Amino acid sequence: MKAIVTVIGKDKSGIIAKVSTILAENNVNIEDISQTIVQGNFTMLMLCDLEGASVSLKELSVILTEAGALIGVSVHVQHEDIFNAMHKI
Amino acid sequence: MLNRKEIMETIDMVEKEHFDVRTITMGISLLSCIRETAEETSKLVYEKIVRKAENIVKVASDLEKEYGIPIINKRVSITPASMLTASFMGKETVLAKALDNAAKTVGVDFLGGYSALVHKGMTAHEKSFIESIPEALYLTERMCSSINVGSSKSGINMDAVKLLGEIIKKTAEMTKDSGGLGCAKLVAFCNAVEDNPFMAGAFHGVGEAETVINVGVSGPGVVHHALKSASNLDVLDMAEVIKKTAFKITRAGELIAKEASKRLGAQFGIVDLSLAPTPVMGDSVAHILEEMGLSSVGAHGTTACLAMLNDAVKKGGVMASGSVGGLSGAFIPVSEDIGMIKAAESGAICLDKLEAMTSVCSVGIDMVAIPGDTPASTISGIIADEAAIGMINNKTTAVRVIPVPNKKVGDMVEFGGLLGTAPIMSVSGESCEKFISRGGRMPAPIHSNKN
Repeated sequence: MKAIVTVIGKDKSGIIAKVSTILAENNVNIEDISQTIVQGNFTMLMLCDLEGASVSLKELSVILTEAGALIGVSVHVQHEDIFNAMHKI
Repeated sequence: MLNRKEIMETIDMVEKEHFDVRTITMGISLLSCIRETAEETSKLVYEKIVRKAENIVKVASDLEKEYGIPIINKRVSITPASMLTASFMGKETVLAKALDNAAKTVGVDFLGGYSALVHKGMTAHEKSFIESIPEALYLTERMCSSINVGSSKSGINMDAVKLLGEIIKKTAEMTKDSGGLGCAKLVAFCNAVEDNPFMAGAFHGVGEAETVINVGVSGPGVVHHALKSASNLDVLDMAEVIKKTAFKITRAGELIAKEASKRLGAQFGIVDLSLAPTPVMGDSVAHILEEMGLSSVGAHGTTACLAMLNDAVKKGGVMASGSVGGLSGAFIPVSEDIGMIKAAESGAICLDKLEAMTSVCSVGIDMVAIPGDTPASTISGIIADEAAIGMINNKTTAVRVIPVPNKKVGDMVEFGGLLGTAPIMSVSGESCEKFISRGGRMPAPIHSNKN
């Protein structure tokens, strides 16, 4: 199963490192990553594969949301299907 | 990979525009629970609801986390309760209490279906059931009641219309300590639908399966935002924007509904895309209409704007899912919509304009507070007017009015939470008492003869 991880917040050093470390620790594979900074606002989207993950999507969501709050960014972890449903015919 | 714009659009809908799954409603058939006595029936009813719906709150919370779409309410709808009470007339409230207890045990916020379908005629036990409603609503917290008094096929049961005027007055009186709150949980319908997930009018129709999941999605804020960022469009293009937005919202609802039914072991019923406002800023249907170019909802042109909105929402919905049902369209409750509250307070909108709007919206006169001394026959007159609009136009219409005890025009009443705040609106001082007291049945319109 695949999930989209979205990280939004004020830019600072170490955001990608923090998020990807957590993903690696939980055996979540990053398949694609895209990141931009517009007027100091950091936005990163990651497509992740949870096939061999050691945690469930729900647990990953809790871990990343809490970690995001500590470094001042908002993190969403959502099943890929929600985007496919809403934006693809 | 999905494109960035689409992902951010979904995130913004939730974060900034109040997009949510408004309700996951589990419909449960209770026909298997009918026994001779109120006590036996109630025991079985309680057990069945608790058994079927025990995981609804947990499943909703899991789905919310996995898909990142808030799921606001978890609810249960049941077989119209009057079908269970024939053998214990006069003891209906025993069942009402069991229903309320079941709702509390499973943790749903409302249970709908303390209902009767009397659109053509009323049996003695149905009359007794309807007469139990004020006490039932007084004794319970989470139970909602609805009565279908008419249909395009059968006409309008004017005896039931007359009775309901009195029942609404009595309910207000019995729940006067909370501003007549009981009436906020009581709806009179014409052409009631059997798969509506929204309260207070949800019930589980007799044509439905054993257990069904119906999902109601909302998103007035999302539609408002979409129109805001397209401010110079003509009306046709505006309708397109609404349609596309409705499509996306409905698709999200369908995904959640299918997943919820799988996990709860129930049949997937329908997705109901209804723009259902809440009293918070940015979640208002009135503001959508104003965005279209009205200085306030209630201005001339309001009915036209609402007609277009309601139709575009339905079109986007049916394109998105093969299982669109329920009410699907736009709701125009007064107390639950910050823009409507403001318009009612300033006098920009009145009951007559609301009535006109109900001929093109998806339901009817909803959450309107009226003076406590309004005669029962006048309330029956409001119901008869709405039922006539529904009957002639082949649509669902409803009346949920609250004659607030000891309040007069201009006063405010606070219902709290999602039910909001309402200014007391004026009703006509002229009488329809003689008409209402005639009783009988209004015949079905000529165009109902289609067989």
